[in-house]
Amino acid sequence: MTTKKTYEEINARIKSGQAVIVTAEEMVTIVREQGVKEAAKKIDVVTTGTFAPMCSSGAFINFGQCVPTIKASKIWINKVPAYGGLAAVDTYLGATEPAEDDPLNKVYPGEFKYGGGHVIEDLLKGKKVFLEAKAYGTDCYAARKMKKEMTLDDLPHALLCNPRNGYQNYNCAVNLSDKVVYTYMGMLKPNCRNANYCSAGELSPLMNDPYYKTIGIGTRIFLGGGVGYVTWHGTQHNPNAPRTENGIPRRPAGTIMVQGDLKQMSPDWIKGLSILGYGNSLAVGLGIPIPVLDEEMAAATGRGDDEIYTQIVDYGNDYTNGINKTYGEVSYAELKSGTITIAGKAVTTASLSSTVKARKIAETLKKWMQEGSFFLHEPASLLPGPG
Amino acid sequence: MYTRIYFFRFPKDTCDRPIIYHLIKEHEVEVNILRADILPEREGVMILELKGAKNNVRAALAYLEGLGVGIERLATRVRRDEQRCFECGACTGICPVQALYVRREDMAVLFDPDKCTGCGQCVLICPVRAMEMSLGKEWLQLESVTMD
Ligand code: SF4
Ligand code: SF4
Repeated sequence: MTTKKTYEEINARIKSGQAVIVTAEEMVTIVREQGVKEAAKKIDVVTTGTFAPMCSSGAFINFGQCVPTIKASKIWINKVPAYGGLAAVDTYLGATEPAEDDPLNKVYPGEFKYGGGHVIEDLLKGKKVFLEAKAYGTDCYAARKMKKEMTLDDLPHALLCNPRNGYQNYNCAVNLSDKVVYTYMGMLKPNCRNANYCSAGELSPLMNDPYYKTIGIGTRIFLGGGVGYVTWHGTQHNPNAPRTENGIPRRPAGTIMVQGDLKQMSPDWIKGLSILGYGNSLAVGLGIPIPVLDEEMAAATGRGDDEIYTQIVDYGNDYTNGINKTYGEVSYAELKSGTITIAGKAVTTASLSSTVKARKIAETLKKWMQEGSFFLHEPASLLPGPG
Repeated sequence: MYTRIYFFRFPKDTCDRPIIYHLIKEHEVEVNILRADILPEREGVMILELKGAKNNVRAALAYLEGLGVGIERLATRVRRDEQRCFECGACTGICPVQALYVRREDMAVLFDPDKCTGCGQCVLICPVRAMEMSLGKEWLQLESVTMD
């Protein structure tokens, strides 16, 4: 008899404290030792996690009115420009926006000391941020400018809203040119002397649900230390990327859009980044519980780093010139070993995504469910699949 | 290029000698004075960054030792802010001596200050700026010397 479970059944078990919840790392061992059938029967939920730079991130903020009222059209928070094309005192602050007076890459490679991601982190740390707004003035909103210091508590509304997070797989970056390059994949030494990768591999949320059978609009998740939701598929979501036999994409594929109340989050799980020579970004901690509804999901969540592959891509020349070429395929087990072989040469690898923190997120989600404080939420609609 | 930072204690009788000039001229060592407190008739204290070919730096140190200068290598001057570091691992690919390295069993990113040469390459590579160049306890020592 094959196992079939529903969200309601699993949630009832979480409520009564009987649900069996394991992390994606633990699930690999369980499936290997006991087989898919057994694992599907025994395990209710597999928790995943990732903590890595996710550039397509930011926050919707409502900063409240002043008297006379203002329709802000130009906005800065701690000198970082925020979008002024929304209603009177609404704005969107993007994580990659550098402070207006940043020298950028004029002194190469630029340091990008402070940007939108840092503003978000400072808010989470309870620090005061300085908000400045300019306006052209209208009959209903007479003020031309506004200046105030605010903390996260003072903000009437603050929502983390990331249009693309949680990339299902990502490139392994090398530099085949003869000069050093500074990229969003880190510093890459000339002539392929180092390789950087950025995925939690077997712990990564979308790697554990390769065909999006459980993740969709409304999936309740761990986001930045609080509870958030998947609200759409992310920008650049590409379910048609080539896959291995086990269904896992061999290149960047699916993505998710996520949202969550910033006021619930913690600076331990959201960090402003300064990526040398590239710019600002945000490290986002994200975790998704995957219900083991059937054997297919047990098999999917049981895949290990040695079964998950990605492509080696050149960021010295190819990437910026839109050349879509691969210099080999490597598994995450190889990448995590510290050395890979490219064209017969041993190359040192480094990760930009934290395995330690990814594991901690998966463990936190597990704990929340074991305590009965977090329940699965069945999606209203699944992410678009291949086709 | 070999770069090291040292904490030097100069005995009273060396204060009137053109020591730095000698280091530069005779040993072809670049000298960067990070901190200096030298008063006539008193012990002098300096924190110097010496840069040059390895054997030149060594010879310069031997010269200073011969003058009775107390020398302490500031090996712990690079510190990792454990609160900021999120153990991504980006720094491990660039640290030339594996002072920043990954423990493969659990992928923890560790920092071994004893191995660190203080080259500073990790400082700007770290996206959360968790690696700090500091002179730790030696700076404090220097404060106490100048206070009395
Ligand atoms: S790059 Fe920075 S945050 Fe990442 S492991 Fe190294 S010290 Fe920690
Ligand atoms: S200062 Fe240099 S040697 Fe020390 S940890 Fe950083 S990169 Fe490694």
